[in-house]
Amino acid sequence: MTELIQSLSIPGPIPTGTSMPFWKAAQLGELALQRCSDCDAWFFYARTHCPHCWSHCVNWHAASGTGVIKSFSVVHRPGHSAWAPAAPYVIALIELKEGPTMLTQLLGDGRLSARIGQGVKLCCVPVGQFTLPFFELTGERGSA
Amino acid sequence: MMNRSMGVIAGVSELRSMRRTEGATTLDYIMDAVIQAVDDAGLDKDAVDGLLVGPQVGETPQHVPATVAEYLGMQPRMANVVDLGGASGAGMVWRAAAAIQAGMCEAVVCVLANVREAELPRSPNRNPIREFDVPFGASGANLSYALPMQRHMSEFGSTPRQFARIASIARQNAQLNPNAIFYGQPANIEDVLASPIIASPLHLFEIVMPVAGGAAVVVTSAERARSLKHPPVHLLGAGEKVTHRAISQAPSLTSGPLKPAMLQALTRAGVNAADISLLSLYDCYTIMVALTLEDAGLCATGKFGLWMDDHSFGHDGDFPMNTHGGQLGCGQADLAGGMAHVVEAVRQLRHEAGPRQIPNARTALVTGNGATVSEATALILGADE
Repeated sequence: MTELIQSLSIPGPIPTGTSMPFWKAAQLGELALQRCSDCDAWFFYARTHCPHCWSHCVNWHAASGTGVIKSFSVVHRPGHSAWAPAAPYVIALIELKEGPTMLTQLLGDGRLSARIGQGVKLCCVPVGQFTLPFFELTGERGSA
Repeated sequence: MMNRSMGVIAGVSELRSMRRTEGATTLDYIMDAVIQAVDDAGLDKDAVDGLLVGPQVGETPQHVPATVAEYLGMQPRMANVVDLGGASGAGMVWRAAAAIQAGMCEAVVCVLANVREAELPRSPNRNPIREFDVPFGASGANLSYALPMQRHMSEFGSTPRQFARIASIARQNAQLNPNAIFYGQPANIEDVLASPIIASPLHLFEIVMPVAGGAAVVVTSAERARSLKHPPVHLLGAGEKVTHRAISQAPSLTSGPLKPAMLQALTRAGVNAADISLLSLYDCYTIMVALTLEDAGLCATGKFGLWMDDHSFGHDGDFPMNTHGGQLGCGQADLAGGMAHVVEAVRQLRHEAGPRQIPNARTALVTGNGATVSEATALILGADE
């Protein structure tokens, strides 16, 4: 699956100055998230201000890269034709250990029989110009 | 009667659903829909002094109201874009009434229309969804409904058959609407379950068919409506709520912004959801209807399927719902698909719905939903009493 995805010509991210640390971390195989220094809330996706308290004191931190599946869908007919050769593939919402939810694709064994509540961990894969933060099953039952 | 009128829907129109419209322009469809709605209201062109349009007019990305007004030969005193996705139609109605109450204008035409060609242009897009969702293969609307649906099934034990019933009801009701794209093509629960899985757990027949079309309504004051040709259909309550844009940012996957929007509309109107004559519920996907029934308080959260087992949803049922076939039966004419729910409510409350007329229809709940279960508008409409 990983090799197949790497062979696709898919629409990649278009980072902004604000979000670039997220993509640079992914290139190093890490998940970076922002956290507000004033209200301590973690948030996703990248912003210049905390969406909870509007403080501008936000900093990037290395996140655990773990979480649980909040929901998922096995995509048989992709919305973008570039993804057609990879179908069926699994899109999932991950409730990260730090709190925020992000959307990703599941890779690795067992992905097509994934269930809500299962634990997942980061698995970064270079695709085109960028490295994307995919996730894979850990084989552990999460807590959501 | 119920609480005081916020305004009146005096005219309506809808264009027939069409799969392809090569060579046609959105502006032409807008003009068709506007002319028919203003004629239906019994107003002269020059009496319409307000214009609300949607953001997606193929011929122009900017200055949409001015472009449309110029094409129509109108010089409105109030003009604006309502950009709430599928909630735009319902969202226009209360905005028109508010503008009239503020003395800004006297009669507003609210219009949505679209063409459909084989090669649709893709707009440049730099929003967070494009950056954080699309690169993973999450393009298009289907996933934003498949993910809440999977969560609903996991959390509450709802079943594919319960969701399929919603689609089959829509197809059944569409058999009394010659404008519907699925007129002459009913589908039972087995047919829905036999249609291909597009993005699990969504089957093809649980997803709206994209079509071209258009719909418009004319809103005026209760006073002005007295001298017009149709019985007034009053706006009795309205509510709106926007909670997020990307599905990953949804505060909940099993309850949406329609919950507070419907509560506000029902409270303003002074009516109970269970007493409504017509449920005109935005139905881009089966899960949307399930969530709306639960968020309206008609049944307990997670229990829509069991509740539906005890009721019937045709024009002659105990809970008439989307008697025109909804968008699952009519096809979704882009944003006009949402406005069609307003148009059907007006037809029922005027008692001019013909073979699908609900006996003694007095009130309607109209819902609109946009983006990723994230933009919501609810209206309560009432017959003149």
